Amino acid sequence: MTKPVLEIKDLCAKAGDKQIIKNLNLTIMEGEVHALMGPNGAGKSTLSNVLCGKPGYEVLSGTVRFHGKDLLQMSVEERAREGLFMIMQYPVEIAGVPTVNFLKHALNAVRKHRGEPELDTLGFLKIAKEEAAKLGISTEMLKRPVNVGFSGGEKKRMETWQMAVLKPTMALLDEADSGLDIDALKVVADGVNTLRDGKRAMLIITHYQRLLNYITPDVVHIFADGHIVRSGDKTLALALEEKGYAAFVNEGC
Amino acid sequence: MAQKPTIADESGDKYKYGFVTDIDADSAPVGLNEDIIRLISQKKNEPDWLLQRRLKAFEHWQTMTEPKWANITYDPIDYQALSYFSAPKPKNAPKSLNDVAPELLETYNKLGIPLKEQEVLAGVVAVDAVFDSVSVATTYRAELEKHGIIFCSISEAVQKHPDLVQKYLGSVVPYTDNFFACLNSAVFTDGSFVYIPKGVRCPMELSTYFRINAKNTGQFERTLIVADEGSYVSYLEGCTAPQRDENQLHAAIVEIVVLKDAEVKYSTVQNWYPGDSEGKGGVYNFVTKRAACRGENSKVSWTQVETGSSITWKYPSCVLQGDNSVGEFYSVAITNNHQQADTGTKMIHLGKNTRSKIISKGISAGRSNQTYRGLVHVSQTAEHARNYSQCDNLLIGALCGAHTVPYVENHNATAVLEHEATTSKIGDEQLFYCRQRGLSEEDAVGLIVNGFCREVMQQLPMEFAIEAAKLINISLEGSVG
Repeated sequence: MTKPVLEIKDLCAKAGDKQIIKNLNLTIMEGEVHALMGPNGAGKSTLSNVLCGKPGYEVLSGTVRFHGKDLLQMSVEERAREGLFMIMQYPVEIAGVPTVNFLKHALNAVRKHRGEPELDTLGFLKIAKEEAAKLGISTEMLKRPVNVGFSGGEKKRMETWQMAVLKPTMALLDEADSGLDIDALKVVADGVNTLRDGKRAMLIITHYQRLLNYITPDVVHIFADGHIVRSGDKTLALALEEKGYAAFVNEGC
Repeated sequence: MAQKPTIADESGDKYKYGFVTDIDADSAPVGLNEDIIRLISQKKNEPDWLLQRRLKAFEHWQTMTEPKWANITYDPIDYQALSYFSAPKPKNAPKSLNDVAPELLETYNKLGIPLKEQEVLAGVVAVDAVFDSVSVATTYRAELEKHGIIFCSISEAVQKHPDLVQKYLGSVVPYTDNFFACLNSAVFTDGSFVYIPKGVRCPMELSTYFRINAKNTGQFERTLIVADEGSYVSYLEGCTAPQRDENQLHAAIVEIVVLKDAEVKYSTVQNWYPGDSEGKGGVYNFVTKRAACRGENSKVSWTQVETGSSITWKYPSCVLQGDNSVGEFYSVAITNNHQQADTGTKMIHLGKNTRSKIISKGISAGRSNQTYRGLVHVSQTAEHARNYSQCDNLLIGALCGAHTVPYVENHNATAVLEHEATTSKIGDEQLFYCRQRGLSEEDAVGLIVNGFCREVMQQLPMEFAIEAAKLINISLEGSVG
């Protein structure tokens, strides 16, 4: 029996003073990859931020369960330690902190939460280098400060690497394709695909269909005005690309 | 949404080293006058020249007024309400650690300075532990003596090496220098003395732990380091103090003399009690630290991590007299709650081709206020002098303040002087990013701050760097949320 990873029921949320998410329902089962597509301003990023617990967003009503637990009662870091990971649209820079140090602390926080022993530097480096090699990331790059001086493509590649090391049970890709050239897009997609293991759930939030050429979703949702207006299989994404959002948004409302 | 943990509630009050050792202090009567100074000098069995210097300093001090130019505010200090001498009661002068009072050893253990262990630990660090004002235990003397290195209390140096002391004491910081230095010159009780002979490279880091203990006792340390030609020494100073309600005055002097081709590295981790979260209590730290690079190609480097004290007034300086001499200043100053710090450096370029470098990192949190105050002075004689200064400030929260006051005086057209300054804030996006990866908010702040200070922390000797990194995290507990 596959179990649900994420269950969103009747979720309403606001960003600042404005209600953005309106009665959203979405269930993602183990091993499933869902794509959430929507026009600009539909509330896609609000959704990922609400799920991660970013300050500045307020849940008005509804429930979100993550592996059966009440996600909304958890702090940002508890959600992360429980296995929720977001590939950010704009990863921030942290000057002076080598990326390996940063991720070692992060992985040990996650391991501690799971009751696993913390890794020493050698143990961590072994894992970090293995995953980096798969993504074509040099050891030199891992030593550079977090996201400082990286190109858009490099940043996303490093995000993918972080995900590969932390091994979350659910990944949120928030406009992971923005600012990527086609080669970088493929690297990220390959990285994501290798993490599809029949257990890990993924939610790909995107405006364009192009990322879905490389990551084939099990389910595609069209998201407009704060909720899902239509769901289907991967052909829905192609139809959307052809007809444009307007056709679906009007039909769904 | 989940509630943020209320970490702010437990800030300030949890000074880790807040305990008081119960030992009879042999204190002088409260107050300051000529008799007290004679008493101090007599108790320490000092030669007449030193007593005369003390008296001269005291006479001069009475004509001086407390400086008011620093960007700090505090209640007036009643200098007559302090006791100027306190020594642990010597039943018998200790010859080894076995003779040291068990309470003292216990105190050191709480501070994490297991002397016994350190003796066993393959000669890495020699500790001349200062308890209140009198040195009570010195280790590794024998090893150092083999190299002709003198590392002892200044009182002992006065007795055993009077020529060296008389020659160099007060030669870098004269008693007329400033109000607090003058006071120190009159009443200093003890401190450390280091002499590295010609051509000797000190085989270990020399380390002194200072600790303020007896109630209401002003602390007037005096340290003198002399590096003779071609020698090298790395000196570590680390500080903790027990928790007190009254403000404790600390007015130390550190003098360093660096002769031709010699090098001195002086590292400090200062975490004296900063006061509670309301700013009550805490140490007043008015320190004069100065190094004179007297010979050609001499070098001095100050590295400081300042997290403690309610008030810090401190400007470790370099007088670059010798041609090609080099002065460096690396500083991390952290202020939280109601702490105030006015700190920086002075680089005085006198010799030709003298070079100096200033890297100052200030972190302000809570309602604290801090000022970087620095002077780069290039005299007419300092042909081709060079200075690079970088002052960065990091703000945590909206109620703290950071100020940068760089003075530059250039009297030589061949000099090249550079100054860079930045001010930034720990961003919500940075915190969110770290937390999304599983780090707690406090760990995230620690990581960001340590990244910000990295350039300075790399200058510290390894074991000190680890301690300092921990200390930074402790100092900022409760600063966010």
